Amino acid sequence: MSRSRTERLVNLVICLLATRRYLTAAQIAATVPGYEHDTSDPREHEAFQRKFERDKAELRDLGVPLETGTTSVFDSEPGYRIARRDYALPDVRLEPDETAAVGIAARLWQHAGMAAAASSGLLKLRAAGVDVDVSATLGVEPLVTADPAFEPLQSAARVRQEVRFDYRTPEDDVAHSRRLQPWGVVSWRGRWYVVGWDLDRQATRSFRMSRVVGRVTPVGAPGAFTPPDDLDLFGHVSKWSTPVEHPNRATVLLRPGRAAGVRRRGESVVPGPDGDRVELRYSDPDSFARWLVGYGADVVVLEPDEVRKAIVARLRDVVESLSEPADGDSPAPRQIAGAESAAGVRG
Amino acid sequence: MTATAGERLGRLLNLVPYLLARPGILVADAAADLGVSERQLREDLELLWVCGLPGYGPGDLIDMAFDGDRVTVTYDAGIDRPLRLTHEEALALIVALRMLAQVPGGADLPGGTGSSREAVERALAKIESAAGDAAAGLPVAVRLPGSAGAERVAQLQAAVQHRHALRMTYYTATRDELTERVVDPMRVLLVGGHAYLEAWCRRAEAVRMFRVDRIDECTELDEPANPPADVRPSDVRDTVFTPSPELPLVTLRVGRWARWITEYYPCEQVVEESPDRWLVSLRASDLAWARRLVLGLGTEVTVVDPPDLLEAVQREAREALSAYGRRV
Repeated sequence: MSRSRTERLVNLVICLLATRRYLTAAQIAATVPGYEHDTSDPREHEAFQRKFERDKAELRDLGVPLETGTTSVFDSEPGYRIARRDYALPDVRLEPDETAAVGIAARLWQHAGMAAAASSGLLKLRAAGVDVDVSATLGVEPLVTADPAFEPLQSAARVRQEVRFDYRTPEDDVAHSRRLQPWGVVSWRGRWYVVGWDLDRQATRSFRMSRVVGRVTPVGAPGAFTPPDDLDLFGHVSKWSTPVEHPNRATVLLRPGRAAGVRRRGESVVPGPDGDRVELRYSDPDSFARWLVGYGADVVVLEPDEVRKAIVARLRDVVESLSEPADGDSPAPRQIAGAESAAGVRG
Repeated sequence: MTATAGERLGRLLNLVPYLLARPGILVADAAADLGVSERQLREDLELLWVCGLPGYGPGDLIDMAFDGDRVTVTYDAGIDRPLRLTHEEALALIVALRMLAQVPGGADLPGGTGSSREAVERALAKIESAAGDAAAGLPVAVRLPGSAGAERVAQLQAAVQHRHALRMTYYTATRDELTERVVDPMRVLLVGGHAYLEAWCRRAEAVRMFRVDRIDECTELDEPANPPADVRPSDVRDTVFTPSPELPLVTLRVGRWARWITEYYPCEQVVEESPDRWLVSLRASDLAWARRLVLGLGTEVTVVDPPDLLEAVQREAREALSAYGRRV
């Protein structure tokens, strides 16, 4: 932007902040330096109008609240002004520890766009007289990341606008187009989700943002829906990952000095002639077996039988598949329970 | 219209109230605070000097007094307040403060009277109120990993603050081993759902990122932490584990129900050969780790490369099966 344009825009803001009456484009042209032109020349007038439109767009982009209206019923043409109460950041008085907190918060973003927004917000607070301490630290700092879909999804949720996006879980062969009324976005266990009403499934769904493929497209007008009054964003995301109970007990035999990962989860370790006997707790025999089988011959499950059987079956499958030719036919995909839930959240 | 040009207008509108709040500030200090060069700031001031209220006479223009290297705004022409926060600015500050409010423990902040969490919550309330409409109904909720491990995090954080070394028993998942080591703590981070201690490890003689839930035992020593002077915190961006290209590359043929590994582990390459066969390459810091991974995934994966891994998986599966055979 040329110096003259910046100068013109600063003068425009000052002028519109100072006026109580709405000023028409013609009045502005006659007042603010940089808009002078011969109004009787259609080409010059048209050039002025284009210039003025660009300038208005620039101010709106910056967040300057341009008001449009007429001062009296006799005005035939609408004019412009800036209401001070809409323009100015309200008074912010922060205690020293509060400014330290804001300073820390502003540098947590690892996402370039959000980091830039945090710093420009911080600059406004500084301009409001807040002296931000940037050297403070909490000792523990969360790094805040955001997926590319974060900004458009939270923005659509804020203005209540429907969105369309392509979504793909690792189990899907192709991405599927989804239509959603987004109610809100949630950060849960280090990941971002959007929760809303899935228009295709006609049900509440949550989507992991990292699985959104390509762009999020807003559809239709804002204000298209109303989220439920009792909306609990966490409830929709965390129901897939409630704390797991470990009601079952197993006894395993570990080779001495081996399988440290199993050992550290053991409730008791009793050394014996054939190895160390370790008591473990588990919830689901199959996922427990999947974990233990990785340790191979270092871990042998003594009881219960359901886990022994699960492990032996897995080992047999592996040994058999290895003796098949590497390029043989793959077995048909197994249908696993809850595969549909993968469209939402999987911890 | 370039991005920096739009920034300049915003900066100019911000500059007047900034200086107004700090009469007689050093131009150099203001430039540093606002993140611009001193030269740029002087150019901005020159431009503002010719802007003002209609009439544009001596009493209408923005005016300032220079005293050596210091500047004071003596007439603001009505731009005495910064612009309101935009939605994006409000969002960025508020979401980060909400995250911060979830941090377990928390050191005392400078000038603080209460706990740091209280300070964060007070700051959050004030920023939300100042942001007004820009923050109204912000549809963003955040929750850090639960309180599990909160005590350990608080202990580590205390050690960072006290600048004390730590003796700890750490489980290295990639090597499946427990080791005792003395470390010089640097900082505690929460990234992607896990807490990490970044520290100088005296055993490895390098900076290491320790996952807090794998620190099995930990004692704060009386000894001062003393990481080498030239050690810097690592750049973590959005992943803590950046596989080094020196590590051996493992290539697996992966069936549908094991494709989740492509989301869970950083992969070098994923080739979709067919819906039922994805060729996935990832760096394994240890072959035994890769063997445990492959055995755990069962028939959903086959090893393409390296041959030693394939052999190790076969041997281990047979050996384990015969161990069960002996104990029927």
